[in-house]
Amino acid sequence: MSGKVIIDVKDLKKYYNDGAVKALDGVTTQIKEGEVVVIIGPSGSGKSTFLRSLNMLEYPTSGSIKVDGADITAPTADLNLHRRKMGMVFQHFNLFPHMTVMGNLTAAPRKLLKKSREEAESYALSLLKRVGLADRADAYPSQLSGGQKQRIAIVRALCMQPEVMLFDEPTSALDPEMVGEVLDVMKDLAKAGMTMVVVTHEMGFAREVASRVIFMDGGVMIEENTPSELFGSPKSDRLKSFLNKVL
Amino acid sequence: MNWLTDLKEKFILNFVEKSRYRYLLDGLGNTLIITLLSVMLGVVIGVIVASVRSTYDKNSEAWKRRGGVFHVFMKAVNRLCHIYITVIRGTPVVVQLMILYCVILASSRNDLLVAVLAFGINSGAYVAEIIRGGIMSIDNGQFEAGRSLGFNYMQTMIYIIIPQVFKNILPALLNEFIALLKETSVAGYVGIMDLTKGGDTIRGVTYSSFMPLLAVALIYLVIVVILTKLVSVVERKLRKNER
Repeated sequence: MSGKVIIDVKDLKKYYNDGAVKALDGVTTQIKEGEVVVIIGPSGSGKSTFLRSLNMLEYPTSGSIKVDGADITAPTADLNLHRRKMGMVFQHFNLFPHMTVMGNLTAAPRKLLKKSREEAESYALSLLKRVGLADRADAYPSQLSGGQKQRIAIVRALCMQPEVMLFDEPTSALDPEMVGEVLDVMKDLAKAGMTMVVVTHEMGFAREVASRVIFMDGGVMIEENTPSELFGSPKSDRLKSFLNKVL
Repeated sequence: MNWLTDLKEKFILNFVEKSRYRYLLDGLGNTLIITLLSVMLGVVIGVIVASVRSTYDKNSEAWKRRGGVFHVFMKAVNRLCHIYITVIRGTPVVVQLMILYCVILASSRNDLLVAVLAFGINSGAYVAEIIRGGIMSIDNGQFEAGRSLGFNYMQTMIYIIIPQVFKNILPALLNEFIALLKETSVAGYVGIMDLTKGGDTIRGVTYSSFMPLLAVALIYLVIVVILTKLVSVVERKLRKNER
């Protein structure tokens, strides 16, 4: 895995209440093309804040995030352009309830990429087929199950043909029997070579799919390694005790 | 059947004699004109104020990061809107009407216009808060989903937020208009011949209270019932589209 660096994070800090709360306290890492980076850690460890910073949904207090060489934390950065290249999948799906599935999938490509309706719909449909939901194109989000909603949300992000996909605990709000279908879609995506950053509690997924696993706690990265190393022989005590609790 | 003839006599005295029903009819006309125009003014003011307030809420952090005078300017405008809402909602509409009529626009000869301004400015504050409440009630995840796809703030509002807000607040808005219709009954305080004042004028010349007041109340009631029916029809339509 020696592709080019897509995301270059340097000493990223995010403080709340004038430094009383340190959600991120100096995170430095690089994410390369084709990598699947899985971030694990206890709740409140800053992993979601880190992920959301990559899309500037949280403004970092200091530090820099370079995407394809451009610093997106600069006040002059064009965030709208940047966000087009970063697909984001949320814990609570956040589908648009007033649009059909097809409406959800084609709104951004049509309005932002200026695709024609036919073009946007045929691309969306091809992706829908890949996740097995081609027959739900005309349904409204409220008519879908949680697992279906999340698969649609993934497709919605993919319709913008992003360089990187960010997943913020994509299976945490799902009923247990629906977790598998969403993870399968993510696995396919990883296999197809998509660069992914995933915050999750699914250790099985991390083990199977990740090219690198990062363990975060207290706003810093404690350990990062290949999944077999990280899960097989954890070095820090904090990671050991965390793995003891979750495995 | 003495009371029936009595009633008939009163009716003729109050409404038929000297075409006194004209007071009610003209009054109703003025009431409807004032209501309609102030609704329009209220919506315009409300949309502007709500836009300022919610845009500030959602973007002030981003503006602050970029720095410059724009953030300071918007902060001041936002504060101004806040004061407007506090003052308008914190004082009775009659008092606002009197202040406008007797102090601020004391030189104006167009009473109707003053009334429209007073009720419109008053309604604007309530409409603004209804709209802002509607925007705030949309889950922040909807904003984030829109922004994460690359929509800018305006596009997110237009394509994603407003369509959802509109559905949610339409019943509340229509109810505000119904309330406004009834509130215009204080227009008589500054000498405007609205429906209530019309009834009052009849009462003044015939010295009988029952008939004119009952008529006035009935007319308000009929209009409100019709409008309420309209609200429930709209509500049902919206719910059907929701699925």
